Parts: sequence; C-alpha cells; structure tokens
Amino acid sequence: MTERLRRWLLGAWAWLVLGYLFLPIVVIVAYSFNQPAGKFNFVWKSFSLEAWRHPFAHPALVDAMRLSLRVAALSTAVATVLGTFIALALTRYRFRGSAAVSLLLVLPLTTPEVVLGSSLLSLFLDLGVRTGFATIVVAHVMFSISYVALTVRARLRGFDWTLEEAAMDLGASPLRVFRSVTLPLIAPGVVAAALLAFVLSLDDFIITLFNAGSEVTYPLYVYGARRAAFPPQINVMATALLLAGLIAAGATTLYFRTAKVFASTESPLR
Amino acid sequence: MGGSDSHRRSRLAPYLLVAPGILWLLAFFVAPLVILASTSVGQGGAWYETYGLALGRYGPHFLRSFRYALAATLLALVLGYPLAYFIAFRAGRLRYPFLGLVILPFFVTFLVRTFAWKTILGDGGPAVWLLQRLHLLGAHGRLLDTSIAVVGGLTYTFLPFMVLPVYASLEKLDRRLVEAAEDLYATPGAAFRRVVLPLSLPGVFAGSLLTFIPAAGDFINAQLLGSPNQQMLGTVIQNQFLDVRDYPLAAALSFVLMALITVVVLAYARLLGTEELA
Repeated sequence: MTERLRRWLLGAWAWLVLGYLFLPIVVIVAYSFNQPAGKFNFVWKSFSLEAWRHPFAHPALVDAMRLSLRVAALSTAVATVLGTFIALALTRYRFRGSAAVSLLLVLPLTTPEVVLGSSLLSLFLDLGVRTGFATIVVAHVMFSISYVALTVRARLRGFDWTLEEAAMDLGASPLRVFRSVTLPLIAPGVVAAALLAFVLSLDDFIITLFNAGSEVTYPLYVYGARRAAFPPQINVMATALLLAGLIAAGATTLYFRTAKVFASTESPLR
Repeated sequence: MGGSDSHRRSRLAPYLLVAPGILWLLAFFVAPLVILASTSVGQGGAWYETYGLALGRYGPHFLRSFRYALAATLLALVLGYPLAYFIAFRAGRLRYPFLGLVILPFFVTFLVRTFAWKTILGDGGPAVWLLQRLHLLGAHGRLLDTSIAVVGGLTYTFLPFMVLPVYASLEKLDRRLVEAAEDLYATPGAAFRRVVLPLSLPGVFAGSLLTFIPAAGDFINAQLLGSPNQQMLGTVIQNQFLDVRDYPLAAALSFVLMALITVVVLAYARLLGTEELA
C-alpha cells in the first residue's frame, strides 16, 4: 500500500465514522420540520414549520424541560465547586490518602448506571426519603463530581504553582492570590468541566428514572412519549439544545481564546 | 507563631478541600452500595437462594448483556481508533474543531438520538430500503428488533467514550519516537505496530472500559431497538426494582453484574499489561 493510498483511506474512514455519529442528529433536526400523520413523529409525511412556530404547544414537555434545566443548573453549580476543590487538593498538595481519593473518583465511572441508580434508591427507601426534585439533584451531583474533578485535574497537571508563591511574595493576600492568579489560570478547565456536568445532567436518564419519584425530566418525558404521543416539539427542543451547545462551546472558546476548552474534556480517565 | 500556624493550615488545607466532595460520594455512592449489599442478602439467611435465582433464571440475560457489550466495544474500537488517529496526526490545526464534532452529539439527548435510530432502522425506513436494494436483506427482512440494531445502537451511544481517551493517549505520544523508527528503516506499518500502538494502549484500555461497562448495564438500546428476545440485564434490574419490587433479587442481580464486570476488567488489564487504571 502506498503512503498516499493509506492516508486517503484513513481520511475516508474518519469522515465515515463522523457521518455515523451525525446521522441520527441530521434525522432529529429534519424531523423537527415534519408534519406527522398521527401522534407519533417517526415517519416522514410533509414539510412544516408548525412545531417551530409553536414550540411550547405541549405544557407537559415545557414543564419537563424547565425541570431538567433547573436540575442541571443546580447540580452543575454544586458539583463544579466540590469537584474543583478536590482537583485543587490533588494537584496542589501531597497528602496522605490522596490515592484513595483518586480511586474513589474513578469508581463511579466504572459502575453501571443501573447499579448507581438502584443503589441510591435503596438508600432513599431505607431512610424513608420521598424521591423527587431533591433526590434527582443529589444523584446528579454524585455522578458529576467525578467528571468535574478529573477534568479539572487533567487541566491542572503541569500547572506552575510558583506563580502563586510569587504573588504571595509580592504581598498579595491569600484571597487576592486565588482571585487574581489561581482562578484565571484554572478557569478554562473549570468552565469545560461545568459544561460537561451540565450536559451530563441534562442527558441523564437511567439514574434519574430510579430517583425521580413522580417528577418528569426531559429525558423521562421522551421515554414516556413512546407510549402516548411523540410530537415534533421534542425534536425542536433537541435541536435548540444542540444550537445552545454549539453557541456555548463557541463562546467559551472565543472568550478564552483557546480551543483547549474542548480539549480539556477529552478524557476523564487517564 | 504565625509561621507554625500557616504551616498547620497548609497541612489541613487538602483535607478541607476534598472533604465536601468526598463526603458526598461516601454518602450517595459508597453507602448506597453497602445498603444494596445488605438488601441482596435479605433479612435472615437464604441469601444463596436469592443469588442462585439471580444466576439461574437470568443466566441468559447475563450472557447476552456481556456478548452485546463486548461486540459494541470491539466495533467502537475498530471505528474509533482510526478516527482518533486521524484527529491526532492528520487534522493539524483543525484538531480541536474535530474533537468538538466528536463531543457534539452529547448535546442532543441520548434518548432522542436512540429514537432517531428507530426511525432510521424501522421497517420501510431508509436503512432497510437500501439493504434490500443491495440484496443484503430479504423482502420481509427487518433491522429493528434484531441484535444487529441493539449492538449498533450500543456502539453508537458509547463511541465518543472510546475516541476521546484514545485521542488523549495518541496526542501525548512523543512523535520523535515515530521519526526514530522511520530513520531506522521501519515501514510505516511496522512503526505503527511497534511504536504507536503499544504507546496508545492505556487510551485503548480506558476507552474500552468507558464503552464496555455502561454498555453492559444499558437497557435503553435493547428496549427501543430490540424485541424481548434482545432483552438485557439492565431491563431485568429495572423491572425488578421499579415494577415487581423484589428488592433482594434486584440487588443480587446488580451485584452479580458488578462482580462479573470486575472479573472482565481485571482479565482485560492483564491481557493488555496495563495494571494501572487512572
């Protein structure tokens, strides 16, 4: 095989795999413009802007989306703070027990979601806690902490901590050092981690199914929709989320002037 | 005085920083597993009966879950490794936009994407039409409700989790080693096999775990793209927990699943020679 053919084949394969990744997304966006024959938007009938003109036509769907956004905002805020603290401790200090902390961070990622969800429900049943909004948030913070901590830690490796000492030598207070030296340097990693936590929360189905009680998040609504009705507004919401994700990623990339924001999310395990 | 005070503070600092997050994990990850374990052994003996039942009645589900997860992991590796290689070595300045493309599907809810596969693979849908034209599928052939659809869906769902760690290990690799191999007259194929591939094994290991473990526990793909004949263990656990409410049996099933996954992971680590996880 010549070098040129080899290169061509590799490029073609890469584009094919990207095509596979985007095929369902193309279908989702296209079907947001469908006018389905019945209650289920699974078969193409005719082009229509109806769903885009009335994206909030289904109150239950809107409520579900609102709940998902509230859960994601709250759990991201908590998990980002807790996870970033752990990452700071692991990269900034050498301390007894740090290996155990690292292991504890990896374990939730290597536990199947059914087990995470069902065991958490066992705890709530045992304690007599009613499942609902609070238990969903508790569950989402639990699985997001690991992703945040590992993402921020990956970003902080090789970070020059002497900059902090230099600032202190110049008479800056600890708070001032954190605000003007540490925070700006770790910010891209923290923002990437927060984005990741937000997306994971918005997307989570299995763990939420166990701990939602009678609450219905966006994925739970979609799951139920397979029985009752699957309106094209579901596709409109999905498309809107995709656009919001693109804008958020683009904006953070531009703001930090480095596409590395995305790269920091590259691997939670390494 | 002040010196020893700040010294003590910096010794305490890491513990204060990790405490909230670690307590959260202990309370809502570790403690639940302990409770799950005690639920599975039930109140007052006969725990082996529960576990015997779990393995006896649901043996086929275990086997099927592991077979599907293994197939999906292999497929994700075959599809994902070249893509990661392409992004790391050939994409140049477009590396990060390409990585963005790999992550972008996450922004569209996983459940909605799986429903889209239902449309694509459905009877009378584009995939069936194409395969029938190519005479790869009979006139009444189906894709939906087959194990092909379930494995395809699992592969699709977890592919980014394979690509990203492999990419990370390839990106870290010292390119001068490849140049050195070429200077020593290694063919490009030999340079890949002897230098690049071994150095990327940690990424392959991490990617395989992040694909295999969630795939083995997944039940959405089997429920939406398969028939009851493709039912996986996740569905059984979910049913036992949320509908039948046989908590000891459901807990035992969860534990057997975790134990079997641990065995597979350890065997795989030995195979690849990467004992270290993170």
